[in-house]
Amino acid sequence: MFSDFDFDVIARSLPYLFKEGMVFTLSITAAAMGAGIVLGTLLALARLSAPRPLAVAAAAYVNFIRSLPLVLVIFWFYFLVPWIGQWLTGAERPLLVGPYLSSFITFSLFEAAFYCEIMRAGIQSIPRGQIAAGYALGLSHRQTMINVVLPQAFRNMLPVLLTQSIVLFQDTSLVYVLSISDFLGAAAKVAQRDGRLVEMYVFAAAVYFIISYGASLGVKRLQARLAVPR
Amino acid sequence: MSCKSAQILLIAIAGLGSLTANGGELTGTLKKIAETGSITLGHRDSSIPFSYLDDKQQAVGYAMDLCLRIVEAVKSELHRPDLKVQLNPVTSATRIPLMANGTIDLECGSTTNNLERQQQVAFTITHFVTATRLLAKKSSHIATLADLKGKTVVSTAGTSNHKLIAQLNNERHLGMRVLAAKDHAEAFLMVESGRAAAFAMDDILLYGLAANSKHPDDYAISEDALSLEPYGIMLRKDDPAFQTLVDDAMKKIYSSGEIEKIYEKWFLQAIPPRGINLNVAMSAALRKVVAQPTRSGNPDDYR
Amino acid sequence: MNYHWNWQIFLAASPEGGTYLAGFAWGLLWTVATSLAAWIMALALGSLVGVLRTLPGHGWRRLGDAYVEIFRNIPLIVQMFLWYFVLPELVPQALGDWLKQLPDAAFYNAVIALGFFTSARIAEQVRAGIQSIPRGQSQAAVALGLTRAQTYRYVLLPMAYRIIIPPLTSEFMNTVKNSAVGLTIGLMELTGVARAMQEFSFQVFEAFTAATAAYLLITLSIVFAMRALERRLAIPGFIQRTGGT
Repeated sequence: MFSDFDFDVIARSLPYLFKEGMVFTLSITAAAMGAGIVLGTLLALARLSAPRPLAVAAAAYVNFIRSLPLVLVIFWFYFLVPWIGQWLTGAERPLLVGPYLSSFITFSLFEAAFYCEIMRAGIQSIPRGQIAAGYALGLSHRQTMINVVLPQAFRNMLPVLLTQSIVLFQDTSLVYVLSISDFLGAAAKVAQRDGRLVEMYVFAAAVYFIISYGASLGVKRLQARLAVPR
Repeated sequence: MSCKSAQILLIAIAGLGSLTANGGELTGTLKKIAETGSITLGHRDSSIPFSYLDDKQQAVGYAMDLCLRIVEAVKSELHRPDLKVQLNPVTSATRIPLMANGTIDLECGSTTNNLERQQQVAFTITHFVTATRLLAKKSSHIATLADLKGKTVVSTAGTSNHKLIAQLNNERHLGMRVLAAKDHAEAFLMVESGRAAAFAMDDILLYGLAANSKHPDDYAISEDALSLEPYGIMLRKDDPAFQTLVDDAMKKIYSSGEIEKIYEKWFLQAIPPRGINLNVAMSAALRKVVAQPTRSGNPDDYR
Repeated sequence: MNYHWNWQIFLAASPEGGTYLAGFAWGLLWTVATSLAAWIMALALGSLVGVLRTLPGHGWRRLGDAYVEIFRNIPLIVQMFLWYFVLPELVPQALGDWLKQLPDAAFYNAVIALGFFTSARIAEQVRAGIQSIPRGQSQAAVALGLTRAQTYRYVLLPMAYRIIIPPLTSEFMNTVKNSAVGLTIGLMELTGVARAMQEFSFQVFEAFTAATAAYLLITLSIVFAMRALERRLAIPGFIQRTGGT
C-alpha cells in the first residue's frame, strides 16, 4: 500500500513547507487569536452592559457571523476589505491589502464572534455578589469590570478560549481557496507540482494532527492546574 | 468657448495625466504607485510558461518578464528607480475582484482578453494567442467534445474556458459533469488521477502542464479548437494615463525586437523547474500582433 | 468605487443553462442534501462512539477516545482531501477507479468527510449527556433487571438526547456551514454556486449577498424548528427552560 510512498518529496520540500507555510499559518493563528479575544471581549461587554442600541448591534453582529460558513466569509473579506478600508479611512482609492493582512482581518473578525460568546459565558459565570462588592468598595462600573470581573472570567474561560484557538488554527487551512501559501496551501502546491498528493496530504494531515492534539493535551493540563478550588 | 478650443483643452488635460516630470497631477494607478512607492503584480501558481512558481517557489514566466519590463517603464516615468515590486498570488477566480479592489496593479498571467471582461477591467496589448482544446489520457481516446458525452470534464474555475465548456454542454445537450478546479495544476491532477476524463483549457497551458507531468507521453491534446483566446496583461479600467504608459511599454518591447528574446526564452528553450523545452514557435496570429499591436477583445481580429 | 452593481443579473441566463437564480436554488438543495445526509451519518456514528466512551473497561474507552481525537484534530478541508484524493490511490486499482468514476463523487465524498468530522463532535456531546444523568438512574435500571443494552436503549439514551438538544442544534448548524468546504472538491453547494456566478458574471457582491441571505434563511429555519422540537420533547420537571439563547 505504501510501497511507492516517496518520503524524499517531503524531505525536499520541508524548508518551504515550514519556513513559509507553517510560519504563515502559526503567525495568522497567533495574531488573529490576540485580536479576536480582545475584540470578542469588547463585543461581550457590549452585549452585556452597553446601552441598548450598542448591545443589539453587537448581538446582531455575533449572530450574523455565526450563521455564515467561514469559506464564504473568507471570500467576502478578501474582496471587500480594501473597499471597507477606503470607506473607513476616507481614502480616495481602495486600500492596499495583501493576503496576509486580509487573512488576519478576516480571522480576527470572524473568530471574535466565537470568542465573544465564550467571554460572555465567562462574565455571566461570575457571581453577582462580586459586582455588588466592587460597587460597595467604591469602584466604578468600568473599574469593577476591568479589575474584578474580567480577570476572573478570563481565567475561568482560558481553557475554552485556547480550545477555540485550536479550532482557529485548523480553520486557517481554508485560505487554501485563495491560493495563499499557508501550510496546507504550500503542501498542495508541492503535491500538484510533483504529482505526489498521497504523500503530501497524508503528511499535512499528520502535522495538523500532531500540533492540534499536542495543544489540546496542553490545554487539558492547564485546565487541571487552573481549576479554582471552590 | 468654441468647440475647438474645448477640444484642445481636453487634450491638454488628458496629456497632463501622463506628464509627471513637470510636476503634473498624477491620477489613478500611477498616483497610487507614486504615493505608496510600490507596485503590486498579481501572479499565478501554475500557468506554465506564462506565470508560475519555479522550484524555489519564485514567480517566473513569460508574462512575468513582460510585466517586469513594464515596471521599468513605470520607474522611469515616475523617476523612481527605488520602486518596490510586490507579488500577490491570484487564481483565475480571484484575479478580477482583486484587480477591481486595488489589491493588484497588473495581472501577469494568462488571462483571456474578451469583451465581457472589459466591462470590469482593462487589458494592455495582447501578448499571446491561443485556443481552447481538450487534454485527455491517450488511453481514453478522446478526440472531440462529442466523445465526452456523459463523462466528467474539468476546467479551471473562473476561466473563459470553463464558461465555454459549460455553455457547450448546455447547448449541445452533452450531459457532461463539468468540474471547476481551483487552478490549472489541480485541474490537471483531476485528469492524472482519473477523476475527470478531460481538461478543457487553452492549448498552450495544456502543453506546458503535460510536458511537466510525470508521464508526458500518456496525454494527448485534441485537434479541433473550441475557441480562440487572446491573452493580455490586466490593469484597472478607466485609468487612461496608466493604460497609455503600459501600452507604450508593450509596443516598445514589440518594435525593438526584444519580444523575440523573451519569447524564445520561455517557448523555445529549456525552462524551470524541470528544464523542459516546450518548443512552440511563434504563431502567425501573434506575429500579426507584434507587427500591428492591438488590445482588441474580439477573437475575430486575430484570425 | 470601481464596481458596477447589477441586481438583475439573477434573472440573466447562466452559461450552464437556466438563470443564475435557478442555479442558487440547486445550490441550496445540494447544501441541504449534503448537510442532512452527513448529519444522519454523524448522529448514528457519534452516538455509537459516545456510548463506547461511557462503557466500563479501558479498551472501549480508549478506542472511542482515539476516534474522537483523530477526527477532531485534522482540519475538515484536509479530511476532504484525504477521502477524495488519497483514499482511491490506496485501495486496489479497480476499486479506486470505480470510486473516481462515481457520478456525484464530490457529494459522496463531502458527506463521508463531513459525517466523520461531525460524528467526533457528537460523540463528545452524547458522552457528556450520558454522564450528566444521575447515577441512580442506571442503578435503578440494573435493579429492575435490565441488561446493559436495555439500560442504554430505554433509560440513558432517551434522557441524554433530550438533554443535549441545544448543543446538537448548534452542531447541526455547524454541519450546514461546514458543507461549504465541499466546494474545494467540486461540490456545487451554495458557496460554490456563488463563486461560480462571480466568475461567470463578475458580479462578485451580488453573488455573495445571495449566498449570505440563503445561509441566514437556513439558520433561522433551524432555530425555529429546533425550538419547537425542544418544547415538545422537554422532560417535565427536569430541564428548566431558561428562554432565549
